[in-house]
This record gives sequence, C-alpha cells and structure tokens, in this order.
Amino acid sequence: MKILKIFIALFLVVNFSELRSDETNDILKNKILKNIRCLICQGQSVYDSESEFASSIKLIVDRKINEGLKEKQIYQFLREKYGDWVIFDPKLNKNTYVLWLLPLLLFLFGGAIIYKKIMIKNKIQFKSQKKNENK
Amino acid sequence: MKNKFSLFIVVIFLSFCFVIFYKGLNTPNTYTPKVNEKKNIPTFKAKDFDSNNYINSDKIFEEKIFYIVNIWASWCVPCRAEHPFLMQLSKNKSIKLIGLNYRDNFNNAKKFINDFGNPYSRILIDKDGTLGVEFGAYGVPETFLINKNKDIIKKFVGPINQEIINEIKSIIK
Repeated sequence: MKILKIFIALFLVVNFSELRSDETNDILKNKILKNIRCLICQGQSVYDSESEFASSIKLIVDRKINEGLKEKQIYQFLREKYGDWVIFDPKLNKNTYVLWLLPLLLFLFGGAIIYKKIMIKNKIQFKSQKKNENK
Repeated sequence: MKNKFSLFIVVIFLSFCFVIFYKGLNTPNTYTPKVNEKKNIPTFKAKDFDSNNYINSDKIFEEKIFYIVNIWASWCVPCRAEHPFLMQLSKNKSIKLIGLNYRDNFNNAKKFINDFGNPYSRILIDKDGTLGVEFGAYGVPETFLINKNKDIIKKFVGPINQEIINEIKSIIK
C-alpha cells in the first residue's frame, strides 16, 4: 500500500512538472509569435495571422523551442531568413541607428534649447534685480 | 543674425521632414526580403516524393553544379504559368532542378507532374511548409538559385518567366 502511495505521488509530481514545462513553453511561444511580423498579412503578427506562412512559422517556433533554442536564438534564426523587418522590435544596428537615436537627439536638442532659454531668463531677472537693489 | 539662424534651423528641419515623407511615399509599403543576399543552403532532412524515404540535404546537393530549388504546389495557379519555363530550364545540363512540393495533396501533385511534365531531378515533400521557411520562402512559387559552392545566390519571388530564365542562364554559363 505504501509503495502504491509513493508510486502515485511520484506519478503526480512527474506529470505536474511536465505540465508546468508545457505551460512555460506555451507562454514563451506566444511571446515570440506576437513579436514576429507576418509577411503575407503585413501589419499582423504571426500570432494573430491565419495565413499559411504564419502557420509554418508557428510550427518552426514550436520546434525550435522544443530543440532548446532560446528566444534570442529563434529571433536570430528568423532574421537570417527574412531580415530585421520580420521582428516587430528592431535591434540597434546600422540600419536602425536613426530610428533609435533620433528621438534621443531631438530630446537633447529640445532640452538644450529650453535650458538655454531658462538660463537667459534667469540672467535677465538677476540683472534687473541687481539694478533694482542698486537703486 | 539670431532670426536668420532660427530660420535656417526651421528650413533644415522642414527639408528633412520633406525628404523622409517623400521617400516614404515612393517606397512600397509591403516588405519583400532581400533577393540578392548570399546565404548558405540550410541543412535539413526531407521526404523524397518518389521513394517516400527521408534524405539529407548534403545528399541532395552533392554534385558540384548549379542547382535551382523551386517551391511549387498543384493548387498554385502561378506555378502552372511558370512550369513551361522550368521544363525549358531542365534541358540545360549544367543545372539541376529540385522541386519543393509545398503544402500539397500527394495525388494532386502527382497528377500535376503527369499532366505538365517533370522538370525536377528530385522532388521533396514539404507538407507543413517548414522546409520552405528553412530556405527563407514565404509563399509559392519561389525559386532559389544555388551556386557550385552551395550558396543561395539569388531568390526569385513569384512565377519564373523568360526574362528570369535568361538571367539564370547568363549566371550559370
């Protein structure tokens, strides 16, 4: 009876861990699929698309996860096949420098203008204050 | 002087915006992956159409000649249009054609080959479309030109026509 109980407990533990691993794989798979652009119905992610291309990509991603590939490696694989555009979240490289750096440059430029204006305003105020004090 | 500088900045900014939008309007908004990028052929295992046995990619591309990998299906209308051109290309001894039967019904594919002729030295079955993904294909028909060093040197999206046949012939001669 004791052996049977141990056996059942072990059976449950093994099955539960398998279930957990499947669940984790599904979460990862969905995360990756939502970040891949469908090349047939452009603007839709592979996750949302029902095209043949999307269903093939879903199978490939599933296979790669089961082979033990990490998220980044799967993105790299797809980038090699279809270019950077296939990923919704583009990485920093020579083609995306402008995309990534332009907002930052505009922010710094705008910040510099505001800073300069405030400094000038403060200087004028300080000068007029000093003038008033001298009077 | 200050006003002139501000005007200059505004003009530069507006010109920049104009160039960006003008380029954006002239660029097609559908993305096509690069077709002239040199890539290694993928390593894979695929089911042979005739023998139904699995075969490794290094066995398929073992000869030191040019290869064409053509993705086709019996349900694909443009594939019918390109078939006579593939038949024409198959007569060239310095190139071998490999067919990739994409997401197709076996009997329909067999009928297609019987009706229109077989330009392929070997046909591989790609039942779920994943083999096409290994090649970087996203539709059908697509054709890949592979050189003697086993690199994919060119990709043709859409049906093959006489112009493409002439281009392939000029590359392989």
